[in-house]
Amino acid sequence: MKIAVVSGKGGTGKTMVAANLAFTLSLTRDTTLVDCDVEEPDLHLFFPASETSLDVTVPVPIVDEKICDRCGKCGESCQYGALTVLKDRVLFFPELCHSCGGCTLACDKGAIKEGKMRVGQVTTSHPLPRLTLITGILDEGKPLATPVIRAAKERAAWADPVILDSAPGTACPVMETLDGSDACILVTESTPFGLHDLRLAADVVEMLGVPAGVVINRSDGNDGTTRELCENRGLPVLMTIPFEREIAQIQNQGRLLCAVRPSWQKDFSSLFSECERITGGVR
Amino acid sequence: MVEWMKVCITAQGPTPAARVEERFGRAPYFILMDTSTRSFEALENRYAEAYGGVGPKAAQLLIAHGVEALVSGQVGGNARDVLAAAGIAMYVYRAGGTVMDAFEKLIGNQLERAG
Repeated sequence: MKIAVVSGKGGTGKTMVAANLAFTLSLTRDTTLVDCDVEEPDLHLFFPASETSLDVTVPVPIVDEKICDRCGKCGESCQYGALTVLKDRVLFFPELCHSCGGCTLACDKGAIKEGKMRVGQVTTSHPLPRLTLITGILDEGKPLATPVIRAAKERAAWADPVILDSAPGTACPVMETLDGSDACILVTESTPFGLHDLRLAADVVEMLGVPAGVVINRSDGNDGTTRELCENRGLPVLMTIPFEREIAQIQNQGRLLCAVRPSWQKDFSSLFSECERITGGVR
Repeated sequence: MVEWMKVCITAQGPTPAARVEERFGRAPYFILMDTSTRSFEALENRYAEAYGGVGPKAAQLLIAHGVEALVSGQVGGNARDVLAAAGIAMYVYRAGGTVMDAFEKLIGNQLERAG
């Protein structure tokens, strides 16, 4: 079972929920936690441990200037403006390349070969006896997160259960994380921004057909509007975490709520059972 | 004595009476003008609304049409690289007037060269 933890609005508590859920599960079974927020991964802060690392590369075109006859077909075929054919050479902008391979196909002279460009890395660590942490890290300056997220997910392809901590928002990185997930936990807070962005996130999971439930974090007890939205959208509220100074303190110290206050393990176990329920059964 | 024969001016509309568009890559139109005959040709920029990579695409269009000099308000980094590599001169116009006004200022040597 693969569970993606997503939010519309950033800062609602995805990492907190993902970390505590994975920690609790790992007490009784082998669990894998994947940090898919590759632009700013932070799970390693809660689970420090030594890591092994693998490069993530994407294919990019290499033009053989000796064979190239400047016909311009590669530049025309590139939808992203990454290749420009001049009179005397071909200019390539790696940051615009989406690695689609179209240029290689378009060239009928065999002047384009595939090279590799590093865009990030995936690290693996074992912070607890039954917990594997896989972290995707996008290199600074590289614009596309999706290849690194895909590589991180691939490392967890055969694991079960897998908890995926997503990037905030509803853009490509989130879609990539959600793709192939069995269930989704939407973490929200009962504020106008939280509500607005929860609606957007609900649209996404609905469109992707991923069964989802909501965790209301930092609740002050006045969650009426949020609960109403959840009911209208057919999203069960799986858990409510109160707005408590002590919980914030534990988080700020980089510690886990379920480790410091073991009574919370029961709640996160139930959260997992609820996820199994909304997917229609144990996987 | 004018240095360039074929010049391009970024425009908001398809004629020299249109206002100059300050942005290069997302300009709705490129007005190509011949400095000796003063004739013009309007090219529609079909990449204007693209997500990205518009600079190189627009520069490629100018190269394909044999443009020697460009008059615009802002030219992004990637476009600048392509234009420089192709040897196309870049001039700055931000006065808010028409394409015709920019053209007259160019041939009157009143525009600052930016590349």
